[in-house]
Formats: sequence, structure tokens, C-alpha cells
Amino acid sequence: MLRLEARPVPSQAMALASPIIALVLTAAVAALILVGIGKDPVSGLQIIFLEPLSNRRQISEVLLKATPLIVIAVGLAVCYRANVWNIGAEGQFLMGCVGGGGLALWLTTQGIVLPKLVGIPLVLVAGMLGGLLWAAVVALLRDRFNANEILVSLMLVYVAQQVVNALVFGPWKDPKGFNMPQTALFHASLHLPPLLERTRLHIGFVISLVLAVLAMLFLFRTFRGFQLQVGGLAPAAARYAGFSARGAVWTSLLLSGALAGMAGAMEVAGPIRQVTPYLSTGLGFTAIIVCFVGRLHPLGIVAGGVLLSVMLIGGELAQSRLGLPNAMASVLQGLLLLILLACDTFIDQRLRWSRSTGPAA
Amino acid sequence: MNETALLINTALASGTTLAFAALGLLVNERAGVLNLGAEGMMLVAAVAGFAVALTTGSDTLGFAAAALAGAALAAVFGLLVIFLNTNQYATGLALSLFGYGVSAFLGVSMVGRTLSARETHAVPVLSDLPFVGPALFSHHPMVYVAMGLTVAIAWFLYRTRAGLLLRAIGENPEPAHALGYPVRLIRLAAVCVGGALCGLAGAYVSLVTAPLWVEGLTAGRGWIALALTVFATWRPARALLGAYLFGGVTVLQMNLQAQGVQISSHLLTMMPYVATVIVLALISRNVAFIRLNMPASLGKPFRPGS
Repeated sequence: MLRLEARPVPSQAMALASPIIALVLTAAVAALILVGIGKDPVSGLQIIFLEPLSNRRQISEVLLKATPLIVIAVGLAVCYRANVWNIGAEGQFLMGCVGGGGLALWLTTQGIVLPKLVGIPLVLVAGMLGGLLWAAVVALLRDRFNANEILVSLMLVYVAQQVVNALVFGPWKDPKGFNMPQTALFHASLHLPPLLERTRLHIGFVISLVLAVLAMLFLFRTFRGFQLQVGGLAPAAARYAGFSARGAVWTSLLLSGALAGMAGAMEVAGPIRQVTPYLSTGLGFTAIIVCFVGRLHPLGIVAGGVLLSVMLIGGELAQSRLGLPNAMASVLQGLLLLILLACDTFIDQRLRWSRSTGPAA
Repeated sequence: MNETALLINTALASGTTLAFAALGLLVNERAGVLNLGAEGMMLVAAVAGFAVALTTGSDTLGFAAAALAGAALAAVFGLLVIFLNTNQYATGLALSLFGYGVSAFLGVSMVGRTLSARETHAVPVLSDLPFVGPALFSHHPMVYVAMGLTVAIAWFLYRTRAGLLLRAIGENPEPAHALGYPVRLIRLAAVCVGGALCGLAGAYVSLVTAPLWVEGLTAGRGWIALALTVFATWRPARALLGAYLFGGVTVLQMNLQAQGVQISSHLLTMMPYVATVIVLALISRNVAFIRLNMPASLGKPFRPGS
């Protein structure tokens, strides 16, 4: 009979092949869904997976959407490597929008015009602070109160959305906005500079790549990064070596919160240019999938961010071209992660045909 | 007096969702499996139950379909986690994201549809009693099912051999395996029961509380139910009580909004989530107490023969 047995050494090849296999299987299921609802699977798959890469404008939109995904996922990778389960990046992202957007709005309404080189970094730092403080709540409750970080960080997503709502329906509402729940548009000096002409792609994409490299250096070239990873892989060994588990919780949560907050600030100072109640499109959750698809490695995350961004934009295209429900993209995202986790089983295990009549597993 | 009765009535009604979900999650956590996919299972079940109730006109069939849908998703989770040894946190999270997408996908055509007129339910004679009548005896039948289920699960866990085995596996699967019990199948069964009850919880929202379908209908109740199992220290009666308390918080928040209290409605909407965080922090603070009560193998994979 077939049985799973542990490999002597985890398979590097499988670790890299797993996301590709999962992607192919996800596409196969997508084709089945398309057939099931009476659409042509070939053109459907083409629209979802290839069309977003078909021309300059589409590619710029893909990279635009990949930017926050990469920034958030890089932070989450540090968390997950330290075995700290921050799943509330969405909330930290929203508080980054509040922090960065709040400063940008204040500067705009006060009529303070700063040079771009001063104003934009300030907005990004304010966003980082917003995300960092939101994650600090999680770290504090985990550290001082032993509260499960998964549940706390997730609950705080709902709270963060209500904070955004309270602000844009209340004190931040644009007085000239026909009573719409949104802030005034930020002053032009606070908009992130464009990267490509006639597209919405902004400098944030370059920042995301720089952050990925910095995260790589941190994880693989610093002692602190090493300590975090040992704590995640072998808590007992980390304790024995005297690495602080509490320090790991704080470092990883504050870092990922700050990065998610920065992603939020980039969104409000980038394509959105104001704070609205509809900032949250689930990017913080998609980033979790990006993180796993990218093997918790900053470089892999860049690739994963682009892939998930393609699927999000492909889903939007499929909605307008084929009349598919918008939710198709989130079905495929969830499916990709489920299949990926199943494939990952074969990184440190393998199937063996055994004839033994011994006790079955 | 009448208002208090009404408050109790609505607290029980709105707490019932959390009660079903928390009881279900408690069963699979007692077997050592942590399923973070509760929210996803509830959403898919909510849409499945709504669709079936809409087409057949029968709430009973709706609840049955929802339980099946929840159990089916839980079975997928169980196969991955128990037989392929995937990470329980990541897999549960994936199930939540997947369930959100699937429910939104399936529910598109059901947004804005309404079910046939909801009948009111009252226990004859008892519901005419002053105070206790309106507070306790004029509920949807599922409210009483949740109460009965609490007793049944408590009896199962603490008074039957099978319940003892389930708890033993949750503490440490090795001895049960050595005695020849099919540990992984038992865990799979517990996970499916958990999924079925989360399914009932989802359908209770879409058929009774709401009753309608919108994307993300359950609004984090699956996650609150997960927190409730900790709050209840994995005991059925405390889970039911906790569910009613949280139901009360939700109702209080809605009542305050309805009465036009001078607090931002957004701050009031936060209340159940903030309350969950605070309660979770307070109950978890005593590390020894949690460790004593938590099933010892919770979240840990079991690989026989390794």
C-alpha cells in the first residue's frame, strides 16, 4: 500500500517545484470551474493568467498592485520564520493608511507644502508608525498576557476598519465632498512620484524591491535574524542558546506591522490619494498567500507578489470580459494556498509503495 | 422588567450562532486539532443553507445542507492536516480565505433575495408566563437545539467511553495509537463534527439572525467562536455561557445604536471585537491555568510510527 514516509533530508527541488505544481493544479481547477459555469476554459484561463501581462499598461497595473503585497509579505515572512502568527496585516495596513493618510491630510488642510523629498518620507514614516502601534498591541497582549496572537491580530482587523470608518464618516470628512465619506484629496506634493509615464506605477515598487533585499540581509546576514529563525525552528535550542523568545515576538511583530503600515501609506499616497472606507480590499490577507507561495523568502515573495497580483487583476478582467463573479479571484487565491500546503507535504516526506503487512498507518 | 426580558431574549438568540460554532470547535480541539477555518466553513454553510432554504422553502433542509457543507469543508481540512501533516495554522487560514471566496462566488445570485416570511416560534403555555415567557420560551427551535447539544456534548465527553478516548487523544495520541485505536480517523471524525456544527452556526446567521445573504455575512463570528473555546477552557457549558455573554454584547451594541446614544456607531460596532480581545487577554493571563485546561496535543501533528 502507499504510505508517506519522512525523507532523510528535505527536498530542495520539491520546495521550489511545489508552488509551480500548485499553480498548475489551481489553473486546472479554474478551468473546471469555467466549464462548470459554461464559459470557454481556454480563453478564461488566458484572461486570468496571461492577459494582465499582455501590454505595458497592464504590466504597470500588475506591478502597482504587487507593491503593497510584496511590502506586507516581506514583513510577514520574518514573523512566520520566527513562528509568530501575525494574520492581521490587513489591520496594520489600514492603520498605516490612517497614519500616513492622517499626516498627508493634515499637511494638505493646513496648507503646508513641503518639498517632495521631505513630505513623502514623512508620510511613509507616519504610516509605518500606525502599523507598528497596531502590531504593538498584539505583541503586548501576547507578551504580557499570553494572548494568542492569531486571534488578537485578526480581531484588530475589524477594529481597524471601524477606526477608518469613524474617521472618514466623522472628523476627516471632506467639507467640500458632498457629504461623501472620504477625505479631501492630498496635495500634489504628497503623491508618490510615478515610475513610468502615463501609468499609475509609482516609486513604491522600487522601495518594495529594496525592502526585500534589506529583509534578506536581515534574515540571513545578521545575528538578530538568525536568532529569530532559530526561535521559530527549534524553540528549545533557542532557549538553550539564551535567545530571547519575548524579543523575537516584539521584533517580528513590530517589523511586520511597520511594513504593513508603510504599504498602507504607499497606497493612500499612491494610487488612492485620499482616505476612504474602501481601502481594504483584502491585500493583507492576500499577502499571507504571497508569503507562502514565495517560500517565506524575500526574493520568492517578489515573484509571489507579482503572481498573486496577476491573479487579482486577471480576476477583474474576467469579471468585465466574461461576466464572472469578482469572487473568482479570491476562490483561486484560497485554492492556491490549500493546494500549495498539500504539495509542501512532499518536501520532507515522500510516498512509498510498501508491501509490508505490518500495522498500517 | 419587560426590557430585561427582551435583552435576555435577544442575547440568547444572537448568542446561538457563537454557541454552535464554539461547541463544534471545542469537539475538534478536544481531539487535538485546531481548525482556524471556522469562518470559512460558516460562510460557505451560510450560503448553502440559504440557497437550499430559498429553493425548497424548508429551513430544516437548509440547516441540513449547511451542516453537510461545513462537514465537507472540514473533511478537506482534516485530510490535509491529519493525513498529510500540513501546518494546522496555515491550512486553517487557507480554509478561511478559500471559504470566503467560495461563499462570495456562490452567493452572487442570492444577494438581495429574501426568504419566505419568518414564522415566530413560541413554546405553548410556557411562553405566556410573565418575564420568563418572552425571555426564554419564544425562540427559534435551533436555540433549544444548541442548549440540548451542550448537554449532549458534555455528557459525551465526560460520561462515555468514546468521549474519554477523544479527550485522551487530545491530550496525547501515542497511547491510544499503541492500544490500537485509529487515532487519525477519530480525529478526522471530530473535525467533521466541528465542521458540521460550524455549518449550523453559519446557517443560523443566514436563515434566522439576518435572514439574508451578503458577502462576508458572518463578520468574524467564526474567529470569535475560536476565542470562545479558550474563554470556555474547552468546557461545553462555559462555551454556551460565553456565547450568550457575547451575544449580549452584540445586542447591547445594537440597542445602543437604535436608541441613538451619543456614541459613534463605528465605535459601537467595534465592541464585540474589542471585548473578544480583552476577554482573551484576561483569561490567557494565567499561563498555568490555560496550560492545565488546554488539550496538550492541540495543534501538534501526529505521525504514527515516527
